[in-house]
Amino acid sequence: MHIPEGALSPQTYGAAYAVMAPLWLIAGRKVGRLRARQVPLLAIGGAFSFVIMMFNIHTLTGTTGHATGAPLIAILLGPWTAVLVMSVVLAVQAFLFGDGGITALAANCINMAVLMPFVSYGVYRLLARWVRRGLAAGIAGYVGINAAALGTAILFGLQPLLAHGADGRPLYFPYGLKITIAAMMTEHLLLLGFVEAAVTALAFGYLSRTEPSLGSEVAARREEAAVGGRG
Amino acid sequence: MKARRLWIILLVLAVLTPIGLWVPAHFHAGDAWGEWSLGTIREQTGRVPPGMAREAGRWQAPMADYAPVRRSPSAGYVVSALVGIVVCGGLLWFLGRWLTRREARDAP
Repeated sequence: MHIPEGALSPQTYGAAYAVMAPLWLIAGRKVGRLRARQVPLLAIGGAFSFVIMMFNIHTLTGTTGHATGAPLIAILLGPWTAVLVMSVVLAVQAFLFGDGGITALAANCINMAVLMPFVSYGVYRLLARWVRRGLAAGIAGYVGINAAALGTAILFGLQPLLAHGADGRPLYFPYGLKITIAAMMTEHLLLLGFVEAAVTALAFGYLSRTEPSLGSEVAARREEAAVGGRG
Repeated sequence: MKARRLWIILLVLAVLTPIGLWVPAHFHAGDAWGEWSLGTIREQTGRVPPGMAREAGRWQAPMADYAPVRRSPSAGYVVSALVGIVVCGGLLWFLGRWLTRREARDAP
């Protein structure tokens, strides 16, 4: 799901930076209203996301994939905190490890640091009233990673439409929307969504037992309360 | 908040990360979809789109492909995991401290 260097045309990655710039500012402001003693949780969340993304598995179509931890962070620490945490993780992956492009960083943030946390968080809040919270967290992970996969597929698949040479052939990512959406959604709907669901539900269950203050919705609401209460 | 226990769990996960290399290798899986090298794209489509060729080599990452140890991919992977934990954790700790600095000063 990490769009590599050179896959996106300059107008695509430029637009992605224009979209992300205000979101990064808002995320910074919202995180600034957290309590200082929650700061270690940001660090632990980011480190967890980085490590969990290294556990690649093979998909049934001969490619690889992995969970991200973004839904878990969004549910436990709030979606805006997840925007900041995931953006830092994606930047470290791009700059130090060449995983995802520098130019594509904002585009990758739209998918994995915005779409995934906010969709997961929304699904969790919707379902947590009706089903067990662990189950709600798992479903949120499944839906969240699929939202991000769809966003990635659309950004990939738009490239042949947006940028082609005089001969009509693509300048950047060569596959169109039909192929990108079919490929990305097949592996995420059938397999990787369940991996993210399992990671989210298991980690959520563990943290609910060992860190009750986190596992309750109190932590997820704290961000909103802080924002609503002070600003 | 028992943060120390969570950090220990992360270190255990870091040591286990080579599983994330062995499983795909066992099933002969390739790259993640769309994250191919230019060579793979040439194999698939018969050409490298010129824009990709121009931009792809723009950034040379110091620990590219999570393989900083030439002789042992697994050791390099664990090193990458530890570096990632320290750098991600460190950056977020400092960023979090900086962003919440007024809160920290006002706290009783």
